[in-house]
Amino acid sequence: MSVLLAIGTRKGLWLATSDDRRTWSLDGPHLLPDEVAAVGIDTRRDPVRILAGVQSSHWGPTVLRTDDLGASWQETEQGAIRFPEDTGAALARVWQLQPDTDRRPGVVWAGCEPTSLWRSDDGGETFELVRGLWDHPHRTEWMPGAGGAAVHTVLPDPASDRVVVAISAGGVYASADGATDWQPRNSGISAVFMPGPAPEFGQCVHKVAPDASGHETLYAQNHHGVYRSDDGAATWTSIAEGLPSDFGFPILTSPRASGTAWVVPITSQMVHVPPDGRLRVHRTRDGGRTWVEAEQGLPDRSWTTVLRDAACVDDADPTGVYIGTRDGCVYGSDDEGSTFSTIAAHLPDVLSLRAVTLA
Amino acid sequence: MSVTVRLPGALAPLADDARVVAIEVPAPADVSTVLDALELRWPALARRIRDETGAVRRHVNVYVDGDDVRSRSATSTPVPDGAVIDVLPAISGG
Repeated sequence: MSVLLAIGTRKGLWLATSDDRRTWSLDGPHLLPDEVAAVGIDTRRDPVRILAGVQSSHWGPTVLRTDDLGASWQETEQGAIRFPEDTGAALARVWQLQPDTDRRPGVVWAGCEPTSLWRSDDGGETFELVRGLWDHPHRTEWMPGAGGAAVHTVLPDPASDRVVVAISAGGVYASADGATDWQPRNSGISAVFMPGPAPEFGQCVHKVAPDASGHETLYAQNHHGVYRSDDGAATWTSIAEGLPSDFGFPILTSPRASGTAWVVPITSQMVHVPPDGRLRVHRTRDGGRTWVEAEQGLPDRSWTTVLRDAACVDDADPTGVYIGTRDGCVYGSDDEGSTFSTIAAHLPDVLSLRAVTLA
Repeated sequence: MSVTVRLPGALAPLADDARVVAIEVPAPADVSTVLDALELRWPALARRIRDETGAVRRHVNVYVDGDDVRSRSATSTPVPDGAVIDVLPAISGG
């Protein structure tokens, strides 16, 4: 078994591989000097396909793909993601590339800016705008977060036609019919930047991840607030007690162990550094009732941030956990987040991480 | 009519490695006519210069015979026969 870790950064993409998750080989940079804010690895294909959401500050955004682990890259001639003329919109950035499951072979989802969801049926070569979300009456009221306004999380249910998305700053939306009709699902999630009680939508949900038991149980890292839902996002309950801060960007869940999740706390919405300058990963094994801090291998006196997609887990046993920082470091754990070691340093800001096991 | 488009090195690979390309367009032509012709031959190249709405990308500068089209009529800027069009990355893009 070997593990492939794709590291998307502000300037280029690196591909790290390891046979033991202790010693890593780093291949890169690829796609220099462009930003790679989204990476998806489609293991349903042989060979494995890596999809990259690429952004050039001059030449704009695009989706590139490689079927040979970065030896060559292909771009769809007419462009993989292009807004239809009637929308009057233009793609600004690809935020998320999410291969679907074996239930829907060939399907890949993309979350983009301006706030939009896209679906591919050909492995990410061409995408169609999901009109049900683009035409949603709430769309004109969704606001940008600090990083922009986008669909940043796409969670297709492997057991049904349900799809859950998270939007900055629109909140959580769910579709029960394969992305045609959408409803807000933010009951119980706070919006500290709005006056009055929490609204039906408009929350700045940073990341959502499904429990290993299935998509009836979900976890959310919010703009202040960490939550769990046990009813498919219909309602949310706080699980932040025990954390040094309820602010952060990523949230990860184990693909194997129900109730296991990880967060990376940040001091506050105004102070984006780790609490007391200590970069730590916190793990729960009981659905958020209790949390344990991991410090071995993680730096003290660290003033960096881990962005929402700069964290991932792999599908090995035990689960590997990976975080990437804005100061260009990547840390990995082969023991489900109990201890960490440095995989890479001195990279540009890490924006996206994805890890898979390769046969 | 014939116009010449000069490309920066970063875009040449998308035009069969050509830094200078000759384009035939019907008269009268404007910048969008020339970009349409580029798109027919090299869609990925044209996509680097303008977005889906037809607007030149924010950090891309296009000049017609040395005049920045942003100071004129953007993509509606007329392009005369024999014009030289320069596409350059703006320093505002980093």
